[in-house]
Formats: sequence, C-alpha cells, structure tokens
Amino acid sequence: MYEDKQATASPLQQLTFSLAGEEYGVDILAVREIRSWSRVTRIPQTPDYVLGVLNLRGAIVPIMDLRLRFGLQRESYGDDTVMIIVAIGERLFGIVVDAVSDVVDIDPAAIKPVPDMGAVVDTRYLKGLATCAERMVMLLDVEKLMRPEDVETLEAALPAVQEVEVAA
Amino acid sequence: MSAVDLTQFHKTFFEESLEGLDAMEAALLALGAGSTDSELVHTIFRAAHSIKGGAATFGFTDVAAFTHVAESLLEEVRSERRAVDAELVELLLRSVDALRAMLDRSGRGQPVADAESEALRAELVRLVSGEAAVAVVVAPKAAAVSGWDIGFVALPHLLQTGNDPLRVFRELQQLGRLEVVRAFIVDGAPSQLSALDPTQCYLGWDLRLHGATTRADIDAVFDWLDGDCELAIKPLAEAPAASAAVAAVANEPKPAAPVAPQAQQAIASSETSSIRVGIDKVDALINMMGELVITQSMLSEIGEKFEISQLERLRDGLAHLERTTRELQESVMRIRMLPIGSVFNRFPRLVHDLERKLDKRVKLELHGEGTELDKTVLEKIGDPLVHLVRNAIDHGLESPAQRKAAGKSETGTLKLNAYHEGGNIVVQISDDGAGLNHAAIVAKAQQRGLISVGQELSDAEVAELIFQPGFSTAAKATDLSGRGVGMDVVRRNVRDLGGGVGVRSVSGKGSIFTITLPLTLAIIDGLVTAVGSERYIVPLTSIVESLRLRAEAVRKIAGGGEVFHFRDEYLPIMRLHHAFGCVDAITDIESGIVVVVEEGGRRMGLLVDDLLGQQQAVVKSLEAHYRRVQGISGATILSDGSVALIVDVGGVVRLGRSKAA
Repeated sequence: MYEDKQATASPLQQLTFSLAGEEYGVDILAVREIRSWSRVTRIPQTPDYVLGVLNLRGAIVPIMDLRLRFGLQRESYGDDTVMIIVAIGERLFGIVVDAVSDVVDIDPAAIKPVPDMGAVVDTRYLKGLATCAERMVMLLDVEKLMRPEDVETLEAALPAVQEVEVAA
Repeated sequence: MSAVDLTQFHKTFFEESLEGLDAMEAALLALGAGSTDSELVHTIFRAAHSIKGGAATFGFTDVAAFTHVAESLLEEVRSERRAVDAELVELLLRSVDALRAMLDRSGRGQPVADAESEALRAELVRLVSGEAAVAVVVAPKAAAVSGWDIGFVALPHLLQTGNDPLRVFRELQQLGRLEVVRAFIVDGAPSQLSALDPTQCYLGWDLRLHGATTRADIDAVFDWLDGDCELAIKPLAEAPAASAAVAAVANEPKPAAPVAPQAQQAIASSETSSIRVGIDKVDALINMMGELVITQSMLSEIGEKFEISQLERLRDGLAHLERTTRELQESVMRIRMLPIGSVFNRFPRLVHDLERKLDKRVKLELHGEGTELDKTVLEKIGDPLVHLVRNAIDHGLESPAQRKAAGKSETGTLKLNAYHEGGNIVVQISDDGAGLNHAAIVAKAQQRGLISVGQELSDAEVAELIFQPGFSTAAKATDLSGRGVGMDVVRRNVRDLGGGVGVRSVSGKGSIFTITLPLTLAIIDGLVTAVGSERYIVPLTSIVESLRLRAEAVRKIAGGGEVFHFRDEYLPIMRLHHAFGCVDAITDIESGIVVVVEEGGRRMGLLVDDLLGQQQAVVKSLEAHYRRVQGISGATILSDGSVALIVDVGGVVRLGRSKAA
C-alpha cells in the first residue's frame, strides 16, 4: 500500500552522479552504499566492463565500470573515483562513476520517455529522462544494467537448458 | 482457553510426526518384503498412535481422525485378527503418503483434508468395518464427485517396451472405480488374423475413472508409457452436486497442479531453516569454547603488565590459541555434517515402487549409512542418486526371466555404499545386471556424431560416452538397452558440488557407478599461487606435485599443445595465465612452476609464476551476487582483505580443451 502511494503520488528520490560530463540518476532505494575506489580482483572470462570483484564485508560483489559499459573510454582509477553499491533483490553490485552529485526529488509525471536514437546510442539502460533545476537527468534502469549479463551467458547456458528438458 | 500457547510446539510435533512416518514406512516395507517380526507391527502401531495423540492435542482434528482409522486397522493386525498381505501394506503405505501431505498442509495453514485423503480414509473405514477389500470402490462422499475420461490408445510397440495395459488398468482401479466405456481395435490393424503380429498391440480403450482423483495421480500411472501410447485425459463434464471443495479439486486440475511444487518448496525451505545436531557435538563445542575463554584471559593477563621475560609465556599462549581456534573451527564444521543415511532412507520405498512398476525383483543393500556429509552436499546429492538408482533398476537389472536365462538369481541386487577415502566421500551404486551395452552405446554415439564411424574405443572410453551431453534422451532411452538417461545432468550436478562421477562395467556382470564428493564445501585447504600480479588458489586435494621444468623437458605436439614427461606419462601443460587472460605473467616455462593436478582420473600441469604458500580458504560463492565463471569454483578472502579466486581444476581442464578446439 505504502509503496503504491509512493509510486503514484510522492516524488521519486534519485541519487544523481556524473559520468563523462552527463548527469545520471539512480533510484535511491536501490543504493546501499557509496564508497571510494579500492582495488578489485579481476575475474577471467568476463566482459571488460566488469572490472572484478570486491570484498564487501564478507560478500563477493562484482564491480562494473559504467563508462566502459556505455562504450566510453576508461579513465584512470584514483582516490576520487566513486563506487555506488546497488542492490537488486538480494544481489549486490557496484558501479564505478566519475562523481556523486546530489539527491533530488523527481515528479514521476515529469519523466519523459527516452527518444529512439537508433543504433547510434545505447539507450537500453535508461528508464527515462527528467529535468531537474534546468539540467537533464538520465534515469538509470539498474535492473536492466544487471540483466544483460544473462543474455550474454545465454549462449553458454542454452545447451544446458536443453539437456535439462530432455532429461526431465 | 488454555493459558499455554500450543503453537510453539507445532514445529516439534511436525518433525516428530514426520520421523514417525519414516519409521512406519521403513517397517511397512520390511513387512511387505515378507518379514514376520511382530515388533515391526508394534513399531507401526506406536508411530500411528503418537501421531494421533499429538494431532488431537494440537487440534489437527483431520489428521487425528485419519490416524484413528489407520490405528484401528493396525490394532486388528496387532491382535492378530487380520493377516498382513501385500494389499494391506500397500494401502498403509499410501496412508503414510497421505498423512505426510496432510501434515505438510497443516504446517502451512491450508485445509488439511482433501478428496484424496478422504477417499483413502473411507477405504480404511470400510476395511475396519469388515467389508472385503477386493475392488476399491470409493466412499459415497467422494464418489459423488465426478471423475476422468481417459482415451488410451496403445501404439503397436507398447508390449515390446515391457509395458502391459493390464497393469495400467490395475493401477487405475486403485485410484477409483474404473469403467470401460469402449474397447476398440485401432485403424490400421491387420484385417486378416493370419497377418496379425502377436507382439504388436492394436487396441484402444475409452475409460472412465470415477472418484476424486487428481490429474497428477493419473499421469503417474501413465508415466512409464510415455511415447508408447496416445493419451487424452479430460475431467468428466457433468459434475454432480458435491461439497464445493472436493468438486474444485476434481474439476480444476490445472490450479491443483502448481500446488505440488509449492509444497515441495515449503518443505525445502523448512529443511534449510533448522538442523538437528547430536548432543555430543554441542558438548565438544562448549568444551572448546571454555578453552578459548581460558586462553583469552591468560593472554590478556600477560598483556596487562608485559615484560620481556614473559615472551615465552606469550608464545605458548598464542600457540594454544591457534590450536583451540582450529579445533573450534573443526567442531563447528562438524555440526554441518549429517549421516548419508537420511538420503539412503528414501531408497527402500523407491525400489519397492519401481519393482512393482517394472515387474523386476530387486534386493537393495545399504552400507555405510553412518558416513557423514556436509548438509549442503547431502541436500543436493539426493536427486543424482535417485537418478542413478532408477537407471540401475530400469536399464541395468534384467527382468527375472532374462536373469534366469543368463543363469543368475531372479532377484537382482542393488548395492549402495558410502565410505571415506582420503579427503573425499565415495558413494557407490552397484548392480549385478547386464552392464553397459557397448555395441548399442557406440552405435548411438556414431548416430549422434559424437564419434566417427570405425573409431576404436577402449571400455573406459565407451563408458565415458554416456556422460556426454546430448548422448541420449529420455524418449529414446528404451530404444537403447544400455544406460544414459541424462547422465550428463547427473555428472554436472555432482561437479557443481566439487565432485566427480565415473562408471565401471562388465558385460553380463553389472556396473558400478562411483560418485566422489568433497568432505565439505565450506572450507578447503588451498595452495596460493601467483599468476602475474594476481593470486589464484588451487585446492590441495587435487594437487599431485609441483615442479620446475627444464626447457628440454617440454615437447610441443601437433596443434600447438605442450606436454611434459611425468612419471611414465606425457601430461598436457595448461598455462593458467593463458586460460585466465592474465597479462603480466611469466610465459617462460623454465622460470615458472608447474603444478600437477588431477581431476577425474585425468592429470595435467598448470603453469603458474610462483607458489606463495598453503592456506585454509573459506569458500564464498561468486554466484551469490554475480554468476558462474568457467574455471573458477568460488572466491575467498585473503588475510589482507582482498579477494582471491579459487581454481576449479575440472573446469580449467575443460576450458583448456575448448580453447584448444
């Protein structure tokens, strides 16, 4: 009940951050923690935007660089690089961004759909566009950001699924 | 009314009742196998009696009512007014199943009695009240409910697969009153009697099953005829007025079906929530805890007013602390260890049911039930074992007639054995059946393109074929009189647990499937290796030896692979930096170190930069937040807080093969 109300009436709270000069927002309810850059352990057989895993109080959490995810150039990682730890259900993962900016309220009614940019720009991971204090904020769809992993592993998983069906 | 909240005891009641039902089931199976021990009857009676008592106390009136009738029946058996026959045992076994389902439903606060349990109760009542139990006619209440229309057309080869329509009818009769609406000869049957092949079946039936039976029950009867007949099962259209709940069950099989998986989930989740630990293990823990407290106070005393003269005492104290911590760790791990008997226990019933379904005679022998396994491993090994046991009975053991013809005893023997070997637990499933059918397996593999025609294969290689993905499918399993229904799935499940599975077979003598499992999943002894600036942990159990190779010891073979000579054999070299894509690693074999590892009987050398030492690693899952990574079995946290990945030796071997290919 409470969530319904929040979704329809009350404004969405978004944590905004900058990435390559643009401003993005992520639902504050999904954010678990913001921490400064620390060394990660690289995992083999993964796409290059998955930098590796991190020990987050005993949990092994994957970290993904949003710049690489969006096909931008990797910059150097230093003390001012920021990681936002996001939770989807029980699963945690971290995204590396340039800097964290602010927490803003966004009226759900004011969210505009993402225009179709064709194949030039990858807009799959955006929920919508919103304007906040004259600036455009791109709202990140964290669930989709996490999900494409499955699509990539689908090819590897497909034969396995078929086997299971056959055996069943 | 009562001042005491009884719900707090419900969980205990359910646990104890389920244990009672297990005891009942075991005793019933022993009775069914012809045992005349009167103590067995007493055991069954006592279990039923305490379930009844408990159910009445906690207000589960439906359970109490059901058990009451069963108990009355048992009382007659106990006082020798009724003889134990196969039918009675079967009926009581079904009652045990019904009670399990009822307890499960009460645990989740759902309506306890359903049409099935009511029908069964009526059956019990009738038996107690002295009516003959010949054909099972459902009680009036349940009979008011409509039933099922079953269109059953046998495909010509039905009889050749060892199936018998008569058995199907008999089983259907146990579910409710069976009416044959029409029996007919299928189109395409030879019109001349002389052209009729007696091994082919050209018959079809329109059946009507009266009574409150679930779709799942009917499907279960036809399970073994999958692909051998054409089936059309429809609920009876006209439903006479009946109690709403019962009618709903019969008429809406679709919503009823999803309930079953849900129920299983509920059971599974309740299983993970608690663990029963022997009091000796808890006592050991408390002892260890006491030691730890003493050591801690001794150390803090030294620390209060430390002088250099006390250095020796400090060292002693620290050594003591280390020992106690290790012992404490072992004791804690031991809590997770449970005897494999809890998995083995389900097999007597499974074998009993399969014997009836397949018309085979099987003697089941269980050994090493006390062997302890990690709870996680234990929970996941059940399904692969069931699969292997099913396979052994379905495909391995021959029919009594075939066995007699082969000069063997008509009753086949199936042995399950569990024991420790090194750091592993070994579970063996052996049968004295026909063994693997090499010719059929090779033919099948050629047909599937797994091997080329004319390729010579050793026995071991042939046996290995059945574990290949896509080797066989359930639908085709009966074409092939060998083995291999989803064996690759079995192997994958066992591999997920860090174990391996293999098979040895002698034609005509039988087969032995061997599953090797790690003692525990939670902690491994590992060798920390450096590959470039990265750290990888290799499980000690899979390491044979580490050595430095001279350049001339390495030979290149066709296709770019590298091998080296090790104890009379040539082993392939897997460059770990190549497999894992490390950029700054040593590429010169002479300056690196080769770790010889073994996995499932296969050996290979892993090239790493250096060995950094041995360490106990608490295994953490990568899947919890990410996904499986090939060649990596998990991660652990090093003493400096950073993450190191644990090498999955089997996975790396496969990775090497796929990269080479």
